[in-house]
Amino acid sequence: MSAPRRVLAALALAIAGLAAAAVDPLPFADETERARFNALAAELRCMVCQNQSLADSDAPLARDLRRELFELIRDGRSDTEVKAFLTERYGDFVLYRPPLDRRTWWIWFGPALLVLAGLATVVVIVRRRRAGAGAAPLEPAKDEEW
Amino acid sequence: MIARLLPLAAFLGLVVLLFAGIRLSEERPPDRLPSVLIGKPAPSFTLPGLREGEAEVSSSAFLGRPWLLNVWASWCAGCRVEHPLVERLGQRRDIALVGLNWKDERADALRWLAQFGDPYHAIAADPDNRVALHYGVYGAPETFVIDAAGVIRHKFVGPLTEQDLQRTLLPLLAQLLAEAGS
Repeated sequence: MSAPRRVLAALALAIAGLAAAAVDPLPFADETERARFNALAAELRCMVCQNQSLADSDAPLARDLRRELFELIRDGRSDTEVKAFLTERYGDFVLYRPPLDRRTWWIWFGPALLVLAGLATVVVIVRRRRAGAGAAPLEPAKDEEW
Repeated sequence: MIARLLPLAAFLGLVVLLFAGIRLSEERPPDRLPSVLIGKPAPSFTLPGLREGEAEVSSSAFLGRPWLLNVWASWCAGCRVEHPLVERLGQRRDIALVGLNWKDERADALRWLAQFGDPYHAIAADPDNRVALHYGVYGAPETFVIDAAGVIRHKFVGPLTEQDLQRTLLPLLAQLLAEAGS
């Protein structure tokens, strides 16, 4: 192997090592448990990096929380109980899907409301244009560009 | 006329909204999360003491007077920033200042204390994040204000500042001491 190739190979190994670091060697009993763990970890936010889930993050805190998650699953807690455990300590912010309540309804329905408002605007404009096309325009056409 | 002003109004509305967002993020930085534990009993713990010959540190020992739980580590740069203020708090005798050495190596922590000074009345060692996790700690430094009854009353995220002390912490401690005395 030539020297540059050896450097490349070493780099590739180092990068592979980094990618593997985010996966803890947790002693899962079976594939079902592993799948449950992964599903939960993907839905919980890493508090340090904030835009990564517990499953993605290699932050030390995320690793601690994955350990806690694993222990809670081992304890036989349900998904709801696990999430409750974490929200009691870290707040709703740990959940990637925030609960539907008074503070969050606009996060859930805001986008739909905006789309509806946009649709309503389009409908009103189109109707006006149609009505205006038959009759003589009341205003100069350039006003309608808005 | 109104149709012509509409875009301007929409634009001004947007300007107001965005400026409000900037102001809000200055007052309440989005990376400082509010603690959900405020008003709730502080999770009880018993941890090994950090210092040589320091017995177990138990949260129940601090009941009866207000106390501060300061989460710190030798690797934490912000802890050095707030250290002079923490030292000032450590000089008080009417409250307890408890350090929670978080995710740290004991030797490093002791060296840090030797170098910068040890302000704490007691230091609990939590190298594996067993206790801090229950407090919802997600970074260091963090400082919890706990009243005489063991209820968390406030939490500071990030290095304490002079402003934090003057505006929030000192008045709150005075209030908690008054509550405990009555």
